[in-house]
Amino acid sequence: MLEVRNLKKSFGDRQILDGVNLTVKDGEILCIVGPETPDSGEFFINGRRFDPQGTDAADRVIGVVFQDFKLFPNLSVMENITLAPMMVLKKDKQEAIADAQKLLEELGLNTKGKLYPYQLSGGQKQRVAIARALAMKPKILCYDEPTSALDPNLRKDVANIILGLKKDGMTQLIVTHDLEFAEDIADDILRVQPLDQRQNK
Amino acid sequence: MSMQYISEILPSLFQGAALTLQIFFWTLVGSLPLGILVSLGLTSKIKPLKWILEIYVWLMRGTPLLLQLIFVFYGLPIIGIVFERYDAALVAFILNYAAYFAEVFRGGFQSVDQGQFEAARVLRLSYWQTLRKIIIPQVIKIVIPSIGNEVINLVKDSSLVYVIGLGDLLRAGNVATSRDVTLVPLMLVGLIYLILVGICTLILRQVEKCYAYFK
Repeated sequence: MLEVRNLKKSFGDRQILDGVNLTVKDGEILCIVGPETPDSGEFFINGRRFDPQGTDAADRVIGVVFQDFKLFPNLSVMENITLAPMMVLKKDKQEAIADAQKLLEELGLNTKGKLYPYQLSGGQKQRVAIARALAMKPKILCYDEPTSALDPNLRKDVANIILGLKKDGMTQLIVTHDLEFAEDIADDILRVQPLDQRQNK
Repeated sequence: MSMQYISEILPSLFQGAALTLQIFFWTLVGSLPLGILVSLGLTSKIKPLKWILEIYVWLMRGTPLLLQLIFVFYGLPIIGIVFERYDAALVAFILNYAAYFAEVFRGGFQSVDQGQFEAARVLRLSYWQTLRKIIIPQVIKIVIPSIGNEVINLVKDSSLVYVIGLGDLLRAGNVATSRDVTLVPLMLVGLIYLILVGICTLILRQVEKCYAYFK
């Protein structure tokens, strides 16, 4: 279970998040809908505190799939996925490659390992980004706007991947503007509104 | 222009060319890594470090290399730092070229998407791992053409070492020209420089090709 307590974020003088609290049960999908990283707040996984940007083994809880994927252009698909497991988790090369190959197969990319990011379509890049995040064995996978950089037809594919991961018990946090998409897949939707609007209501 | 005369002076020209190549090679070995380090310092958040390096770059780019050579060889002994002629030449060349390379690399680092650091951080890669595996290969690809320009300049700049009495290629040609009162040695010198630069160009093109596998 993921718990966030008293999360705050401001840009300059503008307070963006003011004391957000939320809980996500294991294996659930929470969509956060509405108009970015916090300044302060506490994160707990199963009641234990962790630092989402920390580098300790105990802090390696969250995987992130970026809106624009941010794949490493100088590395092949396989190297993109195996780099962190080898350098951070100290896996040996054979094991890292075998694990990555498994992920690629699950995501329908089995033949793409040797390609470079520029040779992939948008949807394929996103799946590589998902595989790269999953290779670090996160407890929670976060997506930033997973549908915004994609062809509308591909939205269903992403939804299926996300629901497939849910079946495997992955807890997922999705930030999106795409309300329809959120309603399709989420167990719970957290609507974020500007402070002044909330006060008006 | 007799073939016999050419074959008589070629050995001394080659000897000069050997020194030119040595200075060229060791300057690159020293100044490329130093340039990368300086460029990291130039983009660093530690202000005093940044200011010191900015002054260094300003001094190195703001004064003639010839002056720097004279200063290192004849000037530094005044404060007790004495170099052999050859070492003095290397020190001056490495310091000078590192400043130019630092500026080139700084531009390279700035044109790599900052999101790459972000992506590496969420994968828990350390700063040095990120630089080595992700950022530097991308920077190198960006900077090869500008580095190539400097490398080719270096081949010819190495002729400045005559000022501290080192016998490089150009000096060997000069000696033969004034002794024998003919321009033939200098024409050969020009030809040898052209060949050296030609080889450099080919090598640089190969390096560029090595980095063409990604976009």
